[in-house]
Amino acid sequence: MKTKEVMVLKDLLGSNNKIAGEIRDKLTARGILTINLLSSPGAGKTTLLEALSDEVRPRYRMAVIEGDIETERDADRIRAKGIPAWQIQTGGACHLDARMIGRLFPEIPPDLDFLFIENVGNLVCPAGFDLGENLRLVLLSTPEGDDKPKKYPKAFTTSNGLVISKTDLVPPLPFDIDRARREALDINPRLKVFTTSSQTKAGLPELAAYLIEELKRLRGDHA
Amino acid sequence: MHELSLISNLFEMLEEQARDKKAGKITYVKLQVGLLSGAVAELLKTAFDIYKKGTLAEGAELEIVEVPLTVLCLECGAETSKDDYILRCESCGSPDIKTVAGTELILEESGVLIE
Repeated sequence: MKTKEVMVLKDLLGSNNKIAGEIRDKLTARGILTINLLSSPGAGKTTLLEALSDEVRPRYRMAVIEGDIETERDADRIRAKGIPAWQIQTGGACHLDARMIGRLFPEIPPDLDFLFIENVGNLVCPAGFDLGENLRLVLLSTPEGDDKPKKYPKAFTTSNGLVISKTDLVPPLPFDIDRARREALDINPRLKVFTTSSQTKAGLPELAAYLIEELKRLRGDHA
Repeated sequence: MHELSLISNLFEMLEEQARDKKAGKITYVKLQVGLLSGAVAELLKTAFDIYKKGTLAEGAELEIVEVPLTVLCLECGAETSKDDYILRCESCGSPDIKTVAGTELILEESGVLIE
């Protein structure tokens, strides 16, 4: 008997990344912009999608994949707005992975503009998993505190955009929007920062305009 | 705590490898874990110890090599290693950088016992 060294150099996320790449290629070829939404639980991802749909839907088609540990609640809320939605129940897993999205793939209508994937509420684990998205948005709600970007860096360093949500709650809170923006830009200077309130609708037109711009860019249409 | 699912991927690779080499046992496993990989070395070790029971790797040691973040500046050309997460050139401060190392989560090497 002898011990043999085996050089491997294989990525632990290799199978996830391969599936994610295939999903991205197929959706991009159909001209669909896919957005992965990350945040801690209760930051307002579902409410943002409900409010954002009023901004984009008059002219654009959207669908939503909801990820939660249990229940169909979020998908039901989205469907109540007349938007196609699928619920993935992870049964305990703290994040979505590309395989879960791949399983749903045959059900996704080909004639969409935006596909939103609302990840499991968790500011840590989902950041490690590519789902085949074109854009990653991280939400930080004002009650969570303005010091979070540096405490949970990966969610912010892997995102393209930061949405500071629930800005209508700021007056009584010790939340400094400029500090949150600075903290986030400090670790990822390329982040696009948006400030929104799904209640007052503040900032939603700007966020919608950004997504529409990215959709045009994906389609190579700069008109 | 997504480290358990990462370790479950690792064991799929190890089992495949042991089958290929007709190995009876896996004696050690070496991983490269980047500072920006999102995985915590300590938790990977715990997950590995839980997972290995009753497998070919039951007696295996897990070695983890932590990889610092290295960025290449597209503005001034400097390549710098850093121990923080800040995506900015250490030398000129430009945000126009490319990450060259620090995101890896790689099975580098393993030892198999061949009978």
